[in-house]
Amino acid sequence: MATQEIKKQSPKVYIDRPDHLSGGHRLCAGCGAPVILRQVLMGAGDSPVVVSNATGCMEVSTTIYPYTAWKDSYIHSAFENAAATISGVEAALISLKKQGKVTEDFKLLSVAGDGGSYDIGLQAISGALERYHDIVILCYDNGAYMNTGFQRSAATPKGAWTTTSPVGKVRPGKNQQRKNLTDIAIAHNIPYVAQASPHNFRDLIYKAEKAFAVEGPAFLNVLSPCPRGWRSKESDSIQLAEAMVKSNYWPLFEVENGVYKINYDPKKRKGAVADWMKQQGRFRHLFTPENEWIVEETQEMTDYQWERLKAMEEATARFGPQEAAEAQEPAE
Amino acid sequence: MAQTEAKTLAITGNGAVSLAMKQVDPDVVAAYPITPQTDVVQNFSQYVANGDVKAEFVTAESEHSAMSACIGSAAAGARTMTATSSAGYALMVEVCFVAASMRLPIIMTTVNRALSGPINIHCDHSDSMLGRDSGWLQIYNEDAQEAYDATVMSFPIAEHKDVRLPLMNMYDGFIISGAIGPLKPLSAEQVQEFIGQAPDYPRLLDAKNPVTMGPFDGLHGWYFEQKIAQNIAMDNALDVIQDTYDRFYELTGRRYEHLMKYRMDDAEIAVVVANSAAGNARGIVDKLRSEGIKAGLIKLRTFRPFPVKQYAEALADVKVVGVMDRADSFGAPGGPLYMEVLTSLYQEGQRAKAVNFIYGLGGRDVFPQNIEDVYRRLDAIAKGEQDAPRERIYVNAKGM
Amino acid sequence: MTDKDKTTKEMKWDISGIKNWGPHDHELGSLIPEAGNARYYHTGGWRTEFPIRDEETCTQCLFCYFFCPDSSVLAENQKVTDFDYDHCKGCGICAKECPADAISMHPESEFAERVKK
Repeated sequence: MATQEIKKQSPKVYIDRPDHLSGGHRLCAGCGAPVILRQVLMGAGDSPVVVSNATGCMEVSTTIYPYTAWKDSYIHSAFENAAATISGVEAALISLKKQGKVTEDFKLLSVAGDGGSYDIGLQAISGALERYHDIVILCYDNGAYMNTGFQRSAATPKGAWTTTSPVGKVRPGKNQQRKNLTDIAIAHNIPYVAQASPHNFRDLIYKAEKAFAVEGPAFLNVLSPCPRGWRSKESDSIQLAEAMVKSNYWPLFEVENGVYKINYDPKKRKGAVADWMKQQGRFRHLFTPENEWIVEETQEMTDYQWERLKAMEEATARFGPQEAAEAQEPAE
Repeated sequence: MAQTEAKTLAITGNGAVSLAMKQVDPDVVAAYPITPQTDVVQNFSQYVANGDVKAEFVTAESEHSAMSACIGSAAAGARTMTATSSAGYALMVEVCFVAASMRLPIIMTTVNRALSGPINIHCDHSDSMLGRDSGWLQIYNEDAQEAYDATVMSFPIAEHKDVRLPLMNMYDGFIISGAIGPLKPLSAEQVQEFIGQAPDYPRLLDAKNPVTMGPFDGLHGWYFEQKIAQNIAMDNALDVIQDTYDRFYELTGRRYEHLMKYRMDDAEIAVVVANSAAGNARGIVDKLRSEGIKAGLIKLRTFRPFPVKQYAEALADVKVVGVMDRADSFGAPGGPLYMEVLTSLYQEGQRAKAVNFIYGLGGRDVFPQNIEDVYRRLDAIAKGEQDAPRERIYVNAKGM
Repeated sequence: MTDKDKTTKEMKWDISGIKNWGPHDHELGSLIPEAGNARYYHTGGWRTEFPIRDEETCTQCLFCYFFCPDSSVLAENQKVTDFDYDHCKGCGICAKECPADAISMHPESEFAERVKK
């Protein structure tokens, strides 16, 4: 289906989509990752899916032998190679379909956390995107290696407490600003890249649907709240994601064939990064006179990235199809 | 059209294996280049470009990703092949263990080349020896013909219901991979008939019966039992490999066994060696025999599973055996072949003395004279003129 | 691990005796042949509070369905019906996110006497 035909639907439409994940997995109460996976897989509709999953929270908690929460076919092989594994599945699918040995239209999804995407999994993702496999690569970004006890990753925000960038007498948390993996994916010139958040499920499911529909690789980077690693309340997970999006720290946008489109501009409702940092224990130490420069720096980086994003939207608009401007979605 | 008389080609080892791959015609090949495997995959790429094969070809961005893609492909239900050497093999070893644990019949050609460092592109067996614990079937091949034949025989062995393990075929880098030798190929039809259809095992691309592969066994799992199952499969593989060899003999008249004996019937001294050095060793055996020395040669083919009883039987009446290793295990009592042969003798209560010769590391040439020196040493020990040393003897090393 | 008789009969892949399985009993390669069988593992015992939805206040916006990490908001005919208390971990996201404030969290001690609407 051409992606122009895919529109955001009402929840009543999405609720009819099969739920590809069962209950009974061992992810933490309030974890963002299974919310994301449920919504992303609703984008696959009725198609059978093969999921390749890197080692991490999602993999470990959903496939504790002899139980599996996945209702589709699923494979885990190692930590750094989810995208390489799915590349092999895709090659097999093409080959077996050509021979008439497989007839169904499988959707292929590779899932990894930020550890298995920004860091150890970056090579496999880059290779898979470059080879132009017909797959969707999903990163659920909770900002650290949560499964092994909250060690820092390239996705960890500056100043965050993690177990390998702890707060001590001379160091106030992680030393570096985050890497931008979404930009790296865009640099591969693939048909579809998007950033999403589980709090806006209509936006996320619609993006997943588009990702599955494009011919060629698609990359989805989704913000995934983690009550344990963020030191936040379990019930706050969705609300925190919304706050982070509203501060423009995690913009909701798409890049389709090189054309940027911002899906949500908070405008007057724009919040500050400090708003959501204050709700997470991992940033508690930043609200002191000696450390507040870190919050300010992150605010500056966020503002810069947002302005740059708007400039990219303007600069690439002339390469895209002409569309009537859609009314901005009110914040949900 | 089936051939009744095979013509003989002049072809490199890599050319022979890529020809075999073309005739086996797998569903997927995922690979990454490395010297001296390179033209196995380059030749195959040309077949793909010409539409001569049906395989989807994944040009992976590293060997680790190549093997990962092989895992995904085999798990999806496709016949999958790859090739590598040396550092590339070392890079993928993590997932090689995974492939074996997932019981995926992936076929890999490993063109033997020394592991770094220092970086060295020439032949020794340290690369494939690195993976001897990985759960892969391991078969060593002396020349282009053996490498070709082994590739043809691979799927029936690996896919067998009592085995279901991945399989590696080795042959010497440069010496065999790049040198032209004779090859009697089969026809494509003969190969297809020999390998048959792939069996129908549980796979990812089954919409009616979705499965989960590679679960987390951590907390209080059954990892141990799954490893035992891998050993059971290895035990079964001994018979399955020989049965496949016997079937191949009926087709081609070429006879293969786990170990290939040359003039061993009444041998009093013998050498055990793998791959191309066996060629020169046969000439030396003939020379010594003409002098009245009862020399024999055992060429190793099957390394995993290790055919313990066959070695004990073959060496039952031998006084001294020299085990020539083209790899070493630093700090171990000896090289890998030596340790396995020695263990086999001990387990079966045999009395032959065993001496370890380390040769050819980093591609160091092993000349006929070197092999003759080995035999003469064994002969002197057999005659009681010398003791059998426990320490390794280095062959053709400088400044020693 | 659950040991309910009823559950065992439902299982397509009977793992009730798995504690004693040897090398020949498992599927090769630790393959799990029954997709979604985690539903036989009840995580409801994790929670310290449980949700109740007020049918009259609920506007059927369906948000709770999409936000539940544990697939524990049940729906039928495009309407939310009940919670799957076998699996609900009591995270409270549904109660927090409900725009109509129709969901409230109650201490688990009251679970046995809960009133179902």
